Amino acid sequence: MSRFGPVATGLLCLLLFFAGMQALIDSGLISRYIVPAPSEILQSFGRVVMEENIGRRFLVTLSECLTAGVMITVFGVAGGVLLYRYKLLQQAVETWVAALAAAPVVLAYPLFMVIFGRNSWTIIMIGFVAALPPVILKTLEGLLGTRKVLINVGRSFNLSASQQFWKIMFPAALPSIFVGIRLGLIFALINVVGVEFLINFGGLGQLIEDLAERYDLPGTYAAICFVILVSVLFFMAVEKLERWLRPVN
Amino acid sequence: MAQTGQLTKASERAPAVSPVTLLRIAIVLGVLAIWEFLAHSGWLYRDVVPSLVAIGRALGVLLSNPDYWFNLGVTLYEIACALAIGGISGVVVGLILGGNRFLARAFEAYLYYLGPTPKIIFFPVMIMWFGVGSGSKIALGTLSCFFPVALSVAAGMRQIDRVLVRVGKSFRANTLQMIWKIYLPAMRHPIVNGIRLGLGVALIGTLLAETKLSNKGIGFLIINAYSTFDMPRMYANLIVLFVLAIGANALVGRLGGLNTLKG
Repeated sequence: MSRFGPVATGLLCLLLFFAGMQALIDSGLISRYIVPAPSEILQSFGRVVMEENIGRRFLVTLSECLTAGVMITVFGVAGGVLLYRYKLLQQAVETWVAALAAAPVVLAYPLFMVIFGRNSWTIIMIGFVAALPPVILKTLEGLLGTRKVLINVGRSFNLSASQQFWKIMFPAALPSIFVGIRLGLIFALINVVGVEFLINFGGLGQLIEDLAERYDLPGTYAAICFVILVSVLFFMAVEKLERWLRPVN
Repeated sequence: MAQTGQLTKASERAPAVSPVTLLRIAIVLGVLAIWEFLAHSGWLYRDVVPSLVAIGRALGVLLSNPDYWFNLGVTLYEIACALAIGGISGVVVGLILGGNRFLARAFEAYLYYLGPTPKIIFFPVMIMWFGVGSGSKIALGTLSCFFPVALSVAAGMRQIDRVLVRVGKSFRANTLQMIWKIYLPAMRHPIVNGIRLGLGVALIGTLLAETKLSNKGIGFLIINAYSTFDMPRMYANLIVLFVLAIGANALVGRLGGLNTLKG
């Protein structure tokens, strides 16, 4: 009971909330033209899945996220290594990279549309630019945080610079690099779905915009729930993957 | 490498300017030179990369236009409302979850996983609930801001030194006194950090909503410039926006840091 009690309480509260909403909407206290009843949303799930090509849309969004993910891994890790190797460059641009991490890159989506056109590359590139800084910073942090004793072990074995990097520094930095990639993938997904919605192009984000423009309220809510579900499952999968890939300290 | 060598020599001649500053200047000048070259090369569609002069002129026109300041005021008002509502509710929920292990285990997982979902997808719902005016933008900003603040405060509350809590209890402080005298002062860092994150996402949420459906605000100005393909004006708007966003982020961080030094 002590272990499952809080979880059950959370679920019960959620169910009570939906039941309360259903009652308020059925009684007319909340207009069903503003908030559809949870039962209507539940019913429209099947329709949205069957009629709106949700499988294809999911794959489009996933492929955009993964393309951005591969790009941030390649360029982010390379950028982090570059900053680690050249201290002067690191001192000059590390604060800029940190500032870019805090910058609202997604707001420049009209600019990306001008450069890449209204297509998947606009979405992928925004995901890439927004998700790149955490990978660079975490790679750098991992390399800088390598324990002195490990570096000394490498020196005692007379390792060359390249061996020192691949056998000592890089493996030691991997946990931090994986944290960066996980953060980057989360940023990428948020931006990809957001831009799909904003430019009405692509996969799951566009589905919400489509349904909202048709004033299909239960469908819109169902699509939002579906996107939330996909996002949550994606975050959980990325977390598990990070734990699985991360070497044991 | 040769360039680095040159920079080092330059710094020896003029020790007042460090090599780092010189490299920064060189990078900025290099980027500007490439930009200007692209603007005049004809390789890209006309105005996709406008010349720096055109952007500078557009920036001057923009900042001297009273309409711009009105729109900036509208956006700042929306962001301030979103930060106030989302921030205060986030702090309250964070304090409750951080102070009660049962409630944290019941509800914090929902916040943890809902937090990073893209909030802009809720915009059609916000329009239905709060209309097409400022209300829906504030609501989206509030929704964006709430999660990082609540999670940061909840995590911060659990890290409070137990000695401080025992001191408060030994003085028989009531709940309100515990919050004001013990919990909040001990949680400056997580609260400032949460507000900093919250400000960033509230700004993004509010402005994205403005670009989607609005007739005022900075987001509207950006999308309006895009619609009319007035690229210098769009770049000028984006430059001011990025400077403001990064500046606000740095300011909140600096204020948090200063408080710590004084404390």
